[in-house]
Amino acid sequence: MEKNQRMAYGAALLELARANRNIVALDADLCASTQSVQIETNLPEQYVEMGIGEANMVSTAAGLALCGKIPFVHTFAVFATGRAFDQIRQGVCLPNLKVKIVGSSAGLSDFGDGATHQCFEDMAIMSVLPHMTVLAPVDAVEVPKAVRAAAAIDGPVYIRLNRNDLPLVTEESTPFEVGKPLTLAEGRDVSLCVNGVTAGMGLKARELLEKKGISARLVNFSTIKPLDEVAVRTALAGTRAVVTAEEHSVTGGLGAAVAACIGSDKSPLPLVRVGIADRYGQSAHSYEQLLENYGLTGTAIAAAAEEILK
Amino acid sequence: MGKVNEMDRELLDTLKEKARQVRLGIIEALGTGNRGHLGGSMSCADVVAALYFYKMRHNPKKQDDPNRDRFIMSKGHSVLAQYAALAEAGYFGRDVLATTKSFGSILQGHPERETPGIEANTGSLGQGLSVGVGMALAGRMDGLDYRVYVVVGDGELAEGQIWEALMAANHYALDNLTLIVDMNGIQAMGRTRDRYAIANIPGRLAAFGWKTFEIDGHDMPEIVSALDRASSVKGAPAAIVARTVKGKGVDFAENTHAYHNNLLTAEDRERAIASVLKSSSAAV
Repeated sequence: MEKNQRMAYGAALLELARANRNIVALDADLCASTQSVQIETNLPEQYVEMGIGEANMVSTAAGLALCGKIPFVHTFAVFATGRAFDQIRQGVCLPNLKVKIVGSSAGLSDFGDGATHQCFEDMAIMSVLPHMTVLAPVDAVEVPKAVRAAAAIDGPVYIRLNRNDLPLVTEESTPFEVGKPLTLAEGRDVSLCVNGVTAGMGLKARELLEKKGISARLVNFSTIKPLDEVAVRTALAGTRAVVTAEEHSVTGGLGAAVAACIGSDKSPLPLVRVGIADRYGQSAHSYEQLLENYGLTGTAIAAAAEEILK
Repeated sequence: MGKVNEMDRELLDTLKEKARQVRLGIIEALGTGNRGHLGGSMSCADVVAALYFYKMRHNPKKQDDPNRDRFIMSKGHSVLAQYAALAEAGYFGRDVLATTKSFGSILQGHPERETPGIEANTGSLGQGLSVGVGMALAGRMDGLDYRVYVVVGDGELAEGQIWEALMAANHYALDNLTLIVDMNGIQAMGRTRDRYAIANIPGRLAAFGWKTFEIDGHDMPEIVSALDRASSVKGAPAAIVARTVKGKGVDFAENTHAYHNNLLTAEDRERAIASVLKSSSAAV
């Protein structure tokens, strides 16, 4: 079954905002895309339209947070983290304010709009900022848990959301804990580390590998930062190799975060990163076509696992 | 605090003395042998003194009062004037001023909210007015009647984000927000009109929907009057364009970019103090 993260996000934020009038949604003329429109429609007094001005939006959110509000700032991931980077750094992260940056339509998920609207660098540039927590919920069921966790964190949070329907890989009862990876499926030979859209691909890779007699563990990372290093080692323990797969640049994303956790081990597990190489996006009529072209498929993940186990 | 219709001589004398103390505090914070932003701090000293010792509702003993007025020094490098005002108002001891910019000091090179009395982090130019918009929106949402004051420099107006914030304040008719442009006409590398001219600042602000007042930013009666008129504007944000002199009060640093960010020798420091003491801090 597939479900849309954005719809789940809007509903989750609305529920949270109904319970807490200090939750405020800001958007830069993309509220239908980001689904902050659910706040505008139902709780207009808790919605602030900021026009097409991302820098001003983020600094305005800082001002709201300084007066006790919990602002959720919405736009596409590429604009949130790129156009407003300095405002996030100087005005939000440095003073450690409770501003939540929601980067919607991340990765290749805005397939039609092309390179200017697709974003593979958001997790890298948000992760490097002190005080920032970086979350990438895996599916629509997990999104509300991530939103509630973000609201409770006494500091800035970046939440990465996908634009399209994604397979459900968790259930209501699945635990969600910031900083901790979650094993979605057991396996002995290789750990497949995934998040967001690559979770579904990881499941496919696991099936492909099973046919070849390879037992793959599927470990989901909904937190990129901060990562509990002990929990990461525990999650990978017993397998002989690690494959990370992400809809993000292989520089500064999930693969880098996992490598940073285990790289200083005395005998670190061999690790290979599947992800987007050093390149920009482009338009296509389908998401799947782009994912395949950019090397993000279950087959590609399985091939990487086979290769590293040789 | 309160409305001054007829200019009260005693109040004016008090404010002029406060402005003089702010200027002496700037020199204290600058110290000797280390670079610091003297010129832009001195140019806004009279406005800052009028805000802290006349206009703003604030209390160092109730720093968390949700209904306190907020001040944001968007031109964060001029924070020396704010530090001096905060010390004079009792947010921290005057002796702390001398630690400005030293390792471990609560007084950083640019404003940080860990410092008592500092409301927002600034320093990357052009962001303070947007923060003020957020604070003004929050006040409206919470039904509080506090006011938000933001000081920007005229050179800073080259930052595009300020114009985004001007539009936002106009769109939301934020009449609880007052912008003060410290128009000293000089930026780091020279005269603003030569380096990167932004002509007709009052006209531009008015065109963006702001009720705009133009004053002599060193004339205390004009400052007080403009602050009162700005806070009585309804249905629109108000801007005060204050014509000022960079380095005002320190004769050898006036009207030059040489002391935008420069150091004082021990001898300079004595001359600077003497100059401040000699000048009536606010020209009448």
